Amino acid sequence: MTGSTTAPAASNASDGVFAAVEPDEVLLEVENLHTRFSSPRGTVHAVRGVSFDLRRGRTLGVVGESGSGKSVLSRSIMGLMPSNASRTGSVRFAGQDVLDISPKRMRTLWGDQMSMIFQDPMTALNPVVRVGKQITESLHEHLDISRTVANETALELLRSVGIPQPDRRLRQYPHEMSGGMRQRVMIAIALACGPRMLFADEPTTALDVTVQAQILDLLQALQRDRQMSMILVTHDLGVVAGRAHDIAVMYAGQIVEKAPAKELFGRVRHPYTQALLRSIPKLEMAKHTRLEAIDGRPPDLVNLPQGCKFAPRCPYAQDRCRTEEPVLQPDGDNTEHLVACHFPVSGSVAVPQPTSATNRATN
Amino acid sequence: MAGTGTAHLRDRDRVLLRVEDLVVEFPASRGQKVHAVSNISLDVLKGETLGLVGESGCGKSTTGKAILQLPPPTSGTVTFEGTDITTLGGRDLRQVRTKLQMIFQDPISSLNPRRKVEQLVAEGLDIWGKGTKDERQKKVDDLLVTVGLDPTVARGRRAHQFSGGQCQRISIARAVATEPALIVCDEPVSALDVSVQAQILNLLEDMKEQYGLTLIFIAHDLAVVKNISDRVAVMYLGRLCEVGDPDVLYQAPAHPYTAALLSAIPVPDPAVRPDERTTLGGEIPSPLSPPSGCRFRTRCPRADEQCKQEVPEMHGIGADHFVACHHPLAPGETLVDLRTS
Repeated sequence: MTGSTTAPAASNASDGVFAAVEPDEVLLEVENLHTRFSSPRGTVHAVRGVSFDLRRGRTLGVVGESGSGKSVLSRSIMGLMPSNASRTGSVRFAGQDVLDISPKRMRTLWGDQMSMIFQDPMTALNPVVRVGKQITESLHEHLDISRTVANETALELLRSVGIPQPDRRLRQYPHEMSGGMRQRVMIAIALACGPRMLFADEPTTALDVTVQAQILDLLQALQRDRQMSMILVTHDLGVVAGRAHDIAVMYAGQIVEKAPAKELFGRVRHPYTQALLRSIPKLEMAKHTRLEAIDGRPPDLVNLPQGCKFAPRCPYAQDRCRTEEPVLQPDGDNTEHLVACHFPVSGSVAVPQPTSATNRATN
Repeated sequence: MAGTGTAHLRDRDRVLLRVEDLVVEFPASRGQKVHAVSNISLDVLKGETLGLVGESGCGKSTTGKAILQLPPPTSGTVTFEGTDITTLGGRDLRQVRTKLQMIFQDPISSLNPRRKVEQLVAEGLDIWGKGTKDERQKKVDDLLVTVGLDPTVARGRRAHQFSGGQCQRISIARAVATEPALIVCDEPVSALDVSVQAQILNLLEDMKEQYGLTLIFIAHDLAVVKNISDRVAVMYLGRLCEVGDPDVLYQAPAHPYTAALLSAIPVPDPAVRPDERTTLGGEIPSPLSPPSGCRFRTRCPRADEQCKQEVPEMHGIGADHFVACHHPLAPGETLVDLRTS
């Protein structure tokens, strides 16, 4: 998959407001974003004051357990919100505020500027529409091109995501394909108009481990070739470890720790990140190694506890943690490593280095 | 892979369960058959945990269910405590089933939403009329405490009022209620978050010790399987590839498929670059018309004419390490070597 794609350049920046962004310049700025849902039980505060910048060509891995707000975060940025949701704060895309723009205006962004790959390729694709039509749909929406050109583009896209016999696949329905193939189609649809920002929401959770590796490799290659920015949402720290530039760990709707991947794994500061890493069974462990589970459950987003939200489960929690909520701030002099904790854990954590060279290529 | 043979089976007197030549086929349209499980042989010692791993569609769940006769296999024998339970029916089979239990993947949908937790856990006891009503209630309370739930709160609630992890705790309490000898755990932690997954894995180990259980643990996550198992069997497309002690099998996988699976696992360590690892191309073929000979040959970098013609037989290559492959990897050899060779 080496840059063989010739998808039409998304240069029809409607009204010309979405300025060009050079590689490594900031493409997405999120500031103090809050998302709330009204529910019969009360207000669900799913995203609570999230701020970050994402530069062009970079991948941010967002990690968290179910209910941590990681999926709601990317949907909030993209504006894919149900009617009972409300958002506050600011989201700027290529210098333009996209939080308060009209739904009609937002539609011109979807597919063209930003796209999303969903977790379940079976339910995200329309079961009664041929795959080819689902790909060309957004091409026709955003670009003034003929059917023939659109079909050729679709063919090229399928080829670029590694689908064999693309001309035959174009005429098929989603149920005629395997999960991995469907996820490739999803990726082709998301990339059709050459978006600058890609959200991948648990793109491989529904897939087998060998297929997962193929899809992640593909996403990484496409992202690099097209200089896209990507937010890779997952619950699996292993998925983001080698594939994201930066990692943000979410808990109870907030980023509790954010750092470049190497830095984060090498010098874990937040007790939650540490506990998360320790609770994962690793191949290097001998059989029947007792796992260090995190006691308790994540908090209820309707009735959040006072102070640090992780305090009730944290082995290091002290009185201050239960009354005063820590803010996300640089870890000492290290401005790249942000952590929200009163008593960060120190340095090296047990991320066992893979010792067995036998099952993994050494180079 | 994908072999037959019984070299890996152990002494008949020592095993609690012995499965020989298990075949499960389902009818499909146009007279075709789904070859879900083809000639699988397995055994489990008393008190042992056997891990069964493979990708979706490899027949691992079907194998687990066929052992419990849900439904009975197409052919083959399942010998449990010396009796071939495939020949049993009606009352005799029902009697045996109290000794065999199952825990399912989706903890919420596998519990009846309209029943209270006390009814769910007590169901097996009620059916078999074990003890008086008070004794049964006492037992339910004890079980709930053992799995880490507060009986006074949990007893009267229904499944939807619990989280996934808690529902899985209820499923475990329900499964051990009839004091079974063997529990088949079908992906019991794959629907759970990692922090909860660790809790449930630890709980299963505790329960195993406390109740003297034997487990068949089915999962697709190799690290999880290694953590809990005494012996691991790797499946691919209805056949067994490799069987062995997890510490040995993970250190020196002999079957190319096992090696590929191991190398595909994302490791939570940025020092391991994903592009330095080998990924397996292609996808699992259809079980409607599996490849001839070794079923893994269509994706195997080492496949040749022999693999096409002959089904590989399971053979020993070390102490408690068996592989069904014509060209197994030598210790220390990796898939990358394989590709370039």
